[in-house]
Amino acid sequence: MNKLQELFKNKKSDILSIYFTAGYPKLETTGEIIKGLEKSGVDFIEVGMPFSDPMADGPTIQDSSEKALANGMNLDIYFEQLKSIKQDVYLPLIAMGYVNQMMRYGDDKFLQACVDGGISGLILPDLSLKVYEEEYKTKFEKYGLVNVFLVTPQTSEERIREIDAISNSFIYLVSSASTTGSKSDINQVQVDYFKRVKNMNLKNPLVIGFGISNNETFSQACDYASGAIIGSAFVKSVSEKNDFETISKFISIIRS
Amino acid sequence: MGYSVDKNGFYGDFGGAFIPELLFPNVKELEDNYIQILESDEFQREYKNLLKDYVGRPSPLYLAKRLSEKYGGTIYLKREDLNHTGAHKVNNTVGQILLAQKLGKKRIIAETGAGQHGVATATVCALMDLECIVYMGEIDIERQAPNVARMKMLGAEVRPATSGSKTLKDATNEAIRDWINNPEDTYYLIGSVVGPHPYPDLVARLQAVISEEMKIQLKEKTGKENPDKIIACVGGGSNAAGAYYHYLDDEDVELIAVEASGKGVDTGETAATTTIGTPGIIHGSKTLLMQDDFGQITEPYSISAGLDYPGIGPLHAHLFASHRGVFLSATDKEALDSALELTRLEGIIPALESAHALAVLSKIEIKDTDTIVVNLSGRGDKDMETYQRELGY
Ligand SMILES: Cc1ncc(COP(=O)(O)O)c(C=O)c1O
Repeated sequence: MNKLQELFKNKKSDILSIYFTAGYPKLETTGEIIKGLEKSGVDFIEVGMPFSDPMADGPTIQDSSEKALANGMNLDIYFEQLKSIKQDVYLPLIAMGYVNQMMRYGDDKFLQACVDGGISGLILPDLSLKVYEEEYKTKFEKYGLVNVFLVTPQTSEERIREIDAISNSFIYLVSSASTTGSKSDINQVQVDYFKRVKNMNLKNPLVIGFGISNNETFSQACDYASGAIIGSAFVKSVSEKNDFETISKFISIIRS
Repeated sequence: MGYSVDKNGFYGDFGGAFIPELLFPNVKELEDNYIQILESDEFQREYKNLLKDYVGRPSPLYLAKRLSEKYGGTIYLKREDLNHTGAHKVNNTVGQILLAQKLGKKRIIAETGAGQHGVATATVCALMDLECIVYMGEIDIERQAPNVARMKMLGAEVRPATSGSKTLKDATNEAIRDWINNPEDTYYLIGSVVGPHPYPDLVARLQAVISEEMKIQLKEKTGKENPDKIIACVGGGSNAAGAYYHYLDDEDVELIAVEASGKGVDTGETAATTTIGTPGIIHGSKTLLMQDDFGQITEPYSISAGLDYPGIGPLHAHLFASHRGVFLSATDKEALDSALELTRLEGIIPALESAHALAVLSKIEIKDTDTIVVNLSGRGDKDMETYQRELGY
């Protein structure tokens, strides 16, 4: 069983995942951040593959991606960095980026590099359900990688069921109709949407992301889902300093 | 081989909809409704009326005598520059605004490069009393100042795109992000034959009026509907798609597409996508685009803001791959020279984009018996500042 699937089998609540952009704030900080997050008690990590045109991302992740690319990050270095720390990392890792990166690198070369780098799953927001089913499902399965789909407040019940049927780790519940980025709180409309999806009793656990930024929104999200993902708020927090103390403080505040 | 879109939204290997789940309902709504609406009698009546009385169509097919004397053959100019707002862009915005209305949308967003599509969108939004937000790259805002002022006067809000190359590609990213953030009341009025299916087909159908008229006008003037060659510039490819549309299956008509090679295709400062591009995904569509070995989309360059785009529409990628189209390019300098030449020979100041199409007249083989149509996609008013600077007036 893949590490990500194992995590969700063993842990049902308060799962915390952190997204950060590889190569940001500095080219060589990727490994330190992963290790810092692991020691701080995070459950899984999304390692962003910086992309020039991240259409589903808000200003914070756009900016970190632009800087990471300017720092010289590319997929060869990304996979090399992951490989070099593979022995020391136990947490499930997810590679997050855009389809064009995989396509240009070469599907098989990319997927093999993910495996070699210790990646368990992929989140490629512009990989649609249809394209995944028709062109990628078999390939991902061959490499033992899971694909994570997004569900939004606008996703119909019928489509959520289709996504549930094809998913085999968790479903990424996007908290509102929005690109990534921090918002201050969770409103009633969002709560109703979380409840609506929770009550569908899907086979896959739900993890809420986009706009989760502090301990309050994290714990609210955990009321309706198995856990939550924090991206932009974490990226901001490591923009100045990314030592273990900074990271563990951020995580302990979220968990408090 | 066919050249129209298939049921999955592909032209050969190119097209489709590579979009985040966040955009799925928006795109699906459009896909489910656009053909039915476009083919309805009501839409056709309203669209045709607006094209006639508001845009001023049909646009003339003008026999450019002195240009023909210089290059040989019989050269006609399809005068899209004479349309209201000064380019072909308005053919599309008039159609899409009617579609947006019929879908009950209240808020219109658009991207623009040269500002022509932004102006054409702001214009139809003023006409229909709809809120209008136009995303435009910071660099383009500087180099197309008159169009920025026009959009503002028309009541649109112009929002600068400050990421990446700060040009058309980035403005398109911002428009897509806006649409993600406003999925219900907002209509994304895209300006070229780019983006996820069904946009390339939708925009091509709305620009098809160009070739529909060409067939009638050529028949009248030459006795034959088909010219030997049609030349059009390609940024995203909408004016070219319109000029080719009704000729796509007429293999006797040579379709010549002209991309902007900027300072030269080998200089790294170019927008000649088919020359240096490779297959990939840009703005939700699988097509040819300029990218590095790791799939990072590279920054294009052209003196002409409307051609300064690192991709081309999927129809054009298919025309290129299938050899149905002949893809040429023109540099900044060649375009400037051609703009001046047309001005002096025919008394027509073309848009810089259209000047790229004219620039290949000197590069192609022309027989005396050839009938050639150059799609003059727009007028040069918006480019006067560049012309003044570059030509020293
Ligand atoms: C006059 C003119 N021609 C051509 C273009 C390029 O667009 P397309 O390739 O979609 O026709 C533009 C774009 O702004 C334009 O303003």
